[in-house]
Amino acid sequence: MSNVPPNRTGVALNERAIESLEFIRTTMARSAPFTAVSGAGGIAMGVLALVAAAFARSSSSNEQWLTVWVACAAVAVPVGFVLMRAKARRHDLTLWSAAGRRFAQGFVPAIAAGAVLTFALVRAGAVDLVPAVWLLLYGAGVLAGSSSSVPVLAWLGALFMVLGSVSLFTPSEWRDLWLASGFGVLQIAFGAYIARNHGG
Amino acid sequence: MAAKRSAAAARVDPPEVQRTVRAPAAATATRAAGLDRLVHDRTRLAIVTALSVNASLSFTELKGITQTTDGNLSVHARKLEEAGYVLCTKGFEGRLPKTEFSLTDAGRRAFKKYLDHMEAIIQHARGKK
Repeated sequence: MSNVPPNRTGVALNERAIESLEFIRTTMARSAPFTAVSGAGGIAMGVLALVAAAFARSSSSNEQWLTVWVACAAVAVPVGFVLMRAKARRHDLTLWSAAGRRFAQGFVPAIAAGAVLTFALVRAGAVDLVPAVWLLLYGAGVLAGSSSSVPVLAWLGALFMVLGSVSLFTPSEWRDLWLASGFGVLQIAFGAYIARNHGG
Repeated sequence: MAAKRSAAAARVDPPEVQRTVRAPAAATATRAAGLDRLVHDRTRLAIVTALSVNASLSFTELKGITQTTDGNLSVHARKLEEAGYVLCTKGFEGRLPKTEFSLTDAGRRAFKKYLDHMEAIIQHARGKK
């Protein structure tokens, strides 16, 4: 029936089975979305941002204002990361999967650019532009990361960018309103949506 | 020029010869193992695998994952659709046509059966050693 000796067929089958499983594994890693983005993390970061906005509003100088928001970020980032890791563990996911790395590759450069620009703007005395830069670049990062994650994140990123753009044309006294709307309200709303529809 | 052509031919020939020898052997092995040939093909296996971890994927997303051409993806997706493994939904996103693919229950069962089959082959080979 076959022109292939039985033992060679066995070896070929075994090799092809191993190859196929490896192919399936790499294809899954390439196509699985990064679903460890935590809705609870978004809500927690949003609440922290609202608290920061309340404190920042009553600050007497730009330095004090900046300190409040940087302190908020210093607390919110680890909180978000810990809740993301907890979600990943709960769902037996790894944060450093191919999708996780793609998400980080989209998100991290924009955040790093935001940090550098903040430093440059503060040095140049243009603190009024800082909220727009934060909103725009955070939005750009989320939007870039969304292509390998939960699709609704694209809307979150886009809305952040709209807020950042609009904030450029409003008085600087409104800065905490814009930051509270983006980092507070938007994150809480989208966090609740993700928590309800994407497993926490 | 002629020398260049023959040199090029010499470079091309060995893989072609290899293919003609290996292809029937691979096909025979696939038949011998009783594998679902619809799923076993690499492009179709990539489609089914990608859809097994995503609720649905667009044509463009599948093209990126399978790294194949539009025509090739269409042909393979249609074969899976005809077998009832894949559901194809055509619609519009704004004014742009959008084709979405998802795995049917039959497709999910066929994929699971294929995975079990692969594992059984490996277990069997390990048992022989």
